Amino acid sequence: MSTYAKKQGFGATLWDYLTTVDHKKIAILYLIAGGVFFVLGGLEAMFIRIQLAIPNNDFVSAGFYNEILTMHGTTMIFLAAMPLVFAMMNAVVPLQIGARDVAFPFLNSLGFWLFFFGGLFLNLSWFMGGAPDAGWTSYASLSLHSPGHGVDFYILGLQISGLGTLIAGINFLATIINMRTPGMTYMRMPLFTWSTFVVSALILFAFPPLTVGLVLLMFDRMFGSNFFDVAAGGNTIIWEHLFWIFGHPEVYILILPAFGIFSEILATFSRKRLFGYSSMVFATVLIGFLGFMVWAHHMFTVGLGPIANAIFAVATMAIAVPTGIKIFNWLLTMWGGSVKFTVPMLYAVAFIPSFTMGGVTGIMNAVAPADYIFHDTYFVVAHFHYVIVGGVVFGLLAGVTFYWPKMFGTMLNETLGKISFWTFLIGFHLTFFIQHFLGLMGMPRRIFTFLDNQGLNTGNMISTVGAFFMAFAVIVLVINIIITSVKNVKVGNDPWGDGRTLEWAISSPPPYYNFKQLPLVRGLDAYWVEKMDGKTEMTPAEPLGDIHMPNSSILPLTTSLGLFVAAFGALYNMDDDKTWTVPVIIIGLLITLGSMLIRSIKDDHGYHIHKEELTDDHDKGVKA
Amino acid sequence: MQMDQKFTDTTWPAAPEKATLEGKNKYLGFWLFLGGETVLFASLFATYLALKDKVPNADAALAKDIFDLPLTFVATMLLLTSSLTSVYAMYHMKNHDFKRMQAWLVVTVLLGAGFLGLEIYEFNHYVHEFHHTFTSSAFGSAFYTLVGFHGAHVAFGLLWITSLMLRNAGRGLNLYNAPKFYVASLYWHFIDVVWVFIFTVVYLMGMVG
Repeated sequence: MSTYAKKQGFGATLWDYLTTVDHKKIAILYLIAGGVFFVLGGLEAMFIRIQLAIPNNDFVSAGFYNEILTMHGTTMIFLAAMPLVFAMMNAVVPLQIGARDVAFPFLNSLGFWLFFFGGLFLNLSWFMGGAPDAGWTSYASLSLHSPGHGVDFYILGLQISGLGTLIAGINFLATIINMRTPGMTYMRMPLFTWSTFVVSALILFAFPPLTVGLVLLMFDRMFGSNFFDVAAGGNTIIWEHLFWIFGHPEVYILILPAFGIFSEILATFSRKRLFGYSSMVFATVLIGFLGFMVWAHHMFTVGLGPIANAIFAVATMAIAVPTGIKIFNWLLTMWGGSVKFTVPMLYAVAFIPSFTMGGVTGIMNAVAPADYIFHDTYFVVAHFHYVIVGGVVFGLLAGVTFYWPKMFGTMLNETLGKISFWTFLIGFHLTFFIQHFLGLMGMPRRIFTFLDNQGLNTGNMISTVGAFFMAFAVIVLVINIIITSVKNVKVGNDPWGDGRTLEWAISSPPPYYNFKQLPLVRGLDAYWVEKMDGKTEMTPAEPLGDIHMPNSSILPLTTSLGLFVAAFGALYNMDDDKTWTVPVIIIGLLITLGSMLIRSIKDDHGYHIHKEELTDDHDKGVKA
Repeated sequence: MQMDQKFTDTTWPAAPEKATLEGKNKYLGFWLFLGGETVLFASLFATYLALKDKVPNADAALAKDIFDLPLTFVATMLLLTSSLTSVYAMYHMKNHDFKRMQAWLVVTVLLGAGFLGLEIYEFNHYVHEFHHTFTSSAFGSAFYTLVGFHGAHVAFGLLWITSLMLRNAGRGLNLYNAPKFYVASLYWHFIDVVWVFIFTVVYLMGMVG
């Protein structure tokens, strides 16, 4: 990045990352942590597929299978997809709106560390008596009766990391509302920024119900309350409602950023402005809104009655309308464009049919009477993997490849990228397409093995083979990342050559203050507008002046660490033979509350970069 | 602009909580946070309504048996008044009158502490008179969780406002701490609004059966 980065030793670099409040470094932290959890969740998926490759397999035991299955879902949703989405948002959104940082740099760091310690806590369950085994939905009727501490790890780990997600959501909302550069009106915001905006609102309103659900489950398991205990007047359906009031918006929280990434990529490599920009914005907002109206379609078979089921079925089908608008807009963006098939573009093109298939099975599931047949079969497994892998994972792989040069200043290898893409695409369809039919043949989900001679052997074997293709693709991607990082060939501002938005107007990676002078936005696709006027850089919106920067801080890490420590105390507090638990809870909470108090009473005014220092940077190509 | 710049009554801006970018962000971010808190309490209210009077046997206490309206009325008045006094404090904050602001915040905290004291007395009363405990029934769990969450918010608010007052006692108002006082008062109003709903949904609706 700059000369001073090279002078740092390992210890200084580590300290820099532990205390950083810079959105670009936090993006890298999210990317690394999310990437590790993604590999872990993928490993768990491989265990599942190996176990199900042949009938009556005993590769893993039934109990262990439940743990792997639960941890695969939980890890992939909360600890891989969410942080990788946040990595993209952190890396790109402040640059796209022409901001020097997010609204709350300190909270940005706090959000990351809460997620990290929550995820670490959850995964430590493997080494401390067993992982949660009640499914990623952890229905109270199962989780209340799960022996051991697995479910307690789930409750406390998700509580801590959920707090981090909520904080990140508020941060991006405030950032996008308050920090846009002059001329960046709402209807000039790039689609990825728009989807981040909508998703952040979803996070803000969807995570509190999960918080409450987890609190109630924690009280029931640890403190003897009776929310879900039917004998004492409780009701287990309350958990299902609270979980899905969170859980359904959650899937839109994951897919909308992927939609945003694809919108950027399709416009960039079709070298055309996005078709139907305003209808794309409208569709994004509408999907976000409808996402809150449909949670009970996960509960059609609970017995809520025909009226409730009908209302939720119709609401669910309505979501196909804005989603369809998006699909056609993407197709028409490519139509007549000068399309360049780079790796990100390949993912984008493959995403459209793959995701549409997931959407179509979604409509099938939305038909409440038919859902009585599909429910809890592999048909549902196939459906949600088509939308989550075919949508979110494709989006993240495309986004990471697309923004890699902006984050690290070097390009991933295109040939290796194409190998990854093709093997992943083939493996994905091989794994999940056949599962539709397995489900329709009656194979239930969440079973650890199946009998011979039921017609399920071939399908399951094909599915397992496909999983190995996907694993191979991920290994190639990791090799690609290593080779690229070792070679480290530096690239310029706009390495893809056709960047349209503000992030491509500054160096890769950008200087730590992003924009020397805030850029003036003169239209949609601000950088493209300047290019079309024959300019090579943005027009500044302000004279060169001092830049105000936030101070680094270790407090986000200690605040999160305190909760991590307290969670161990709370977890073992229910065992009667342990006396150390209450002191551990108190110590943990003291660390957290103490850190918060220090943050509150110690003034933190930040510092200024003086404009004389900025003018010295002239040769680094960091002008706005 | 220097954040710790000294102001006089005439140079003090009209909306000091939003005069800096940091203040503007805090102001907006905190409103958004309250949006999330609203959903949190909405979930707790929904749970309470689903589990109201859901008890394991006929001996267990029901809502109509236990609530004592005069006591709750006094608690409600204390909290509503504390919301009013926090408005006075913010009025003086906007007029750059630090001493009066602090004085009204002290009144706010005392009223809040009075409310919390009554709530603790009330819980204690239910446990000992009616054996209505956190673990006795689903109704008990839901009641203590909803009202207790609110009580914990009050307790946190008291600690927050007190530490703000102590921290800034020696240095008066500036554009760095004005947004902090302002969002603390927003939080206090929010707690008050939640209580209005608790008073209605839990106590009044509880009394009529």
